[in-house]
Amino acid sequence: MNILTLLVLIPVLTMVAVLFTKDYKGARLASAIGMGIELIATVYLVLAYLAARKTGMMHEMLFTSDFMWYPSLNIHFAFGVDGIAVAMIGLTSIVIFAGIFASWELQFLTKEFFVSLILLVTAVYGFFISLDLFTMFLFYELALIPMYLLIGLWGTGPKEKSAMKLTLMLMAGSALIMVGILGLYYNSAPGGGPLTFNILEISKISIPVAAQRFFFPFAFVGFGILGALFPFHTWSPDGHASAPTAVSMLHAGVLMKLGGYGCFRVAMFLMPQAAQEMAWIFIILTTISVVYGAFSAIWQTDLKFINAYSSVSHCGLVIFALLMMNETAMDGAILQMISHGLMTALFFALIGMIYGRTHTRDIRQMGGLMKVIPFLAVVYMIAGFASLGLPGLSGFVAEMTVFVGSFQHQDMFHRVVTVIVASSIVITAVYILKVVGILLLGPLKDQHHAELTDAKWYEKLSTVTLVLAVAAIGIAPLWLSDTIVASLKPIVARLAMVIPF
Amino acid sequence: MDLGQFILMRHELLLTIAALAILVAEIFTSEKNKSKLINFALVLFALVTFIGFIPGETGNLFGGSFQSSQLTVFMKNVLNLAVLIVFLQAEGWLRKPENADKISEYFILTLSTLIGMNFMISAGDFLIFYIGLETATIPIAGLAAFDKYKSQSAEAGIKLILSSALSSGILLFGLSMIYGATGSIYFADIANKVAPNALIALGFVFFVSGMGFKISLVPFHFWTADVYEGAPINVTSYLSVVSKGAAAFIFTIVLFTVFKNIVELWKPMIYTLAIATMTIGNLFAMRQNNIKRFLAFSSIAQAGFILLGILGAGELGMTAIVYFVLVYVFTNLGAFGVVAAIHNASGVETISGYNGLYQTNPKLSWLMTISLFSLAGIPPIAGFFGKFFLFTAAAGSGYYILVLIAVLNATISLYYYLLVIKAIFIEKNEQPIPEFRSSNSMRIALVMCITGVLVTGFASGIFEYIRSISKLFLN
Repeated sequence: MNILTLLVLIPVLTMVAVLFTKDYKGARLASAIGMGIELIATVYLVLAYLAARKTGMMHEMLFTSDFMWYPSLNIHFAFGVDGIAVAMIGLTSIVIFAGIFASWELQFLTKEFFVSLILLVTAVYGFFISLDLFTMFLFYELALIPMYLLIGLWGTGPKEKSAMKLTLMLMAGSALIMVGILGLYYNSAPGGGPLTFNILEISKISIPVAAQRFFFPFAFVGFGILGALFPFHTWSPDGHASAPTAVSMLHAGVLMKLGGYGCFRVAMFLMPQAAQEMAWIFIILTTISVVYGAFSAIWQTDLKFINAYSSVSHCGLVIFALLMMNETAMDGAILQMISHGLMTALFFALIGMIYGRTHTRDIRQMGGLMKVIPFLAVVYMIAGFASLGLPGLSGFVAEMTVFVGSFQHQDMFHRVVTVIVASSIVITAVYILKVVGILLLGPLKDQHHAELTDAKWYEKLSTVTLVLAVAAIGIAPLWLSDTIVASLKPIVARLAMVIPF
Repeated sequence: MDLGQFILMRHELLLTIAALAILVAEIFTSEKNKSKLINFALVLFALVTFIGFIPGETGNLFGGSFQSSQLTVFMKNVLNLAVLIVFLQAEGWLRKPENADKISEYFILTLSTLIGMNFMISAGDFLIFYIGLETATIPIAGLAAFDKYKSQSAEAGIKLILSSALSSGILLFGLSMIYGATGSIYFADIANKVAPNALIALGFVFFVSGMGFKISLVPFHFWTADVYEGAPINVTSYLSVVSKGAAAFIFTIVLFTVFKNIVELWKPMIYTLAIATMTIGNLFAMRQNNIKRFLAFSSIAQAGFILLGILGAGELGMTAIVYFVLVYVFTNLGAFGVVAAIHNASGVETISGYNGLYQTNPKLSWLMTISLFSLAGIPPIAGFFGKFFLFTAAAGSGYYILVLIAVLNATISLYYYLLVIKAIFIEKNEQPIPEFRSSNSMRIALVMCITGVLVTGFASGIFEYIRSISKLFLN
């Protein structure tokens, strides 16, 4: 069986297994085993991909399979991965694995929770491996719906309002995407011949420029909404703050990446001319995203809100870098996706664990936690350092690559926005250090906190998995970066064909 | 004419025989054993539905007044399937003591309307079309007023008959103008002679208005919510699915075959109606607390989506509509089935009454959720495919902005479907609807619906088959 089919099948089988369990212990065990196997399958995929690359298949989609589904509309189940997709799949597997253990103690409708969570992940895998716009769209929408129940049922605070807002805004985004996809479909055979939804086939032809100009904003903004593009990001802080731990981890860590991924894989790759022409508009929007997100994080007192606004900032940086449209910046964008995915998942996991102990997320009520929960505190610091871009951790590599790539543009506009965006590093340092200082250092603010227990084994497993991944990318980024760059070549080449840099 | 040719009318003939058989059975059944009529009718109709699926001849009868093609046969089969599900869902309700003396009436009235709808689908001229229309409409008023001691039900019957009479009059007025302009009532003749002139345009407007009442397009929808609310729930589901589905089929057939030469005349009209119907249906649905009224407005909005397929005038549009109605049958009957089961067991009809349903009736909750997600067009269930193909058809004609409006409307609709899901799963309730077990036939019906909803999208063969027979029909 094709490894990619297996990647989608394992979560489906896991869901079935969870359905047959009797109590919460069975449900979480089945989920953990299923997602453990998924992680192993992912490792196999990565190794197989690296091995295949060595044989010289640098730029191609690998492990492809193609099943005709709706012949009259030329809709296929077309799967395949390049280095970028493999990286995103790796990210997904790590985050869901950690997410399962971060939800280890959940006892309210456990079976339903894990089924919804794994359904979400199934859709994410399906999205990343799809080469057909129809199936990609199908998986995209499928990923959004479990979110409603996950936040609405297991969330905290104004969870119903947040869940509704998130679902509706993202569905509105998918409305835009749908128009974009249909536009691509009907313009996929300008010289006659069968229309197609296949990304690779569309990439071989040139969509008429007028059509590109019309449909690019639909596709880009549609995906951009999920990538927290300003001013469509407002669902994100509310959604993240209300979601339960594992859902926040997955949503900020993985689901938001679907937005960025769609932006370049669908909108920019297939409509390069329009992407070039309109990039400046979205560059300005993402610049605002980055700076505004970071500034907003400074003023928050709720740990989840801090991280949610920080996500707006970091995800803004992803789209910003994509719009720079050169190899280095786009490489940085993908690295940033992965880096942010890992560290934000780590943050949310930790916030969940701290909240589970202190029953508050308000930083003003906490202090001196380093003494009572040293393991969690140290991991929190590592996550913070990764977030502010400390060398040796993933954030540094990603941000450096983004800024180096962005600065390759010689013109004033690009240079100015790059400088503005780079200033976010300082702002990020402000809020991260402030939070670390208030939360972990100093005297203990609440005497009840003196009795807190440190991380349990499953919490350690969850966080250490993520820390290892963050550190691995920080210490040895080259193999990941190389893989990404090799796969970026056709995309960058197509973008550069229009207006040479 | 060879008598054997009557086999072309097998759907209509079978239904007539079934209706007569039930009538005769009624005569020979004692008062005590009346409820056995239900089983008899169910088995009989299941047989009729099955026979309908056996492949047979196609062709014309009565000089083209009656036309049978693979597509029309398929449409009739879809309606039969829907009615079978409705009958299965109605079984428990019919067994209630207050309905004991009118069991056969329910079946005969329903079958009569179905016969009318079948004739409309096969009509080759406006005479058969109109007779079919009246045959299909008048018994429905009787059905709506079925709970004759409930004032709401009686009122629903009156409202339906009055609005139907009005719409029939308007439609007939339009048809007479079209006859005046073309000199024929035969579809084939009119199709050749119809041209965009003032009389045709006026006649066409009246025709669309008349049909608009049947499909509940805005602004001809005013009767819908009241009638849906007042009628017994099993009649409401019939109205919302079978009656509306049939009207959509017929409207599409007439537009695509009779008025195909004046496409430019009717496209702007349908465009406007589509936007109004989707948007107003959605906006009103949001404010409902009675689940029947809620589903009424939701079905108005769904009718707006069907119009997108009509704008995709052609093979893909036809395919998308027939496919959408098929999906809609499973989806909406799934939702109505749950509503009926709950109503029959507890009398609850409000959305807030569903609060906390998941605690006591998880299976029904999931059924309702899947049905509502399908109505909202969420993958991977069939409703997603149904809507996607309608949108694809409209986009194929270049209506991208309309598609955008439609998809945004689908998002709005998701909001109110989520409100029901929220009530079921998230809202707390000290005393939720107590746990109950539905009748076996209701369970069979719900399993049929859910299987249809889960399978239809993935089994692309169904869509491809509809496409192939649509191609044959339109060429």
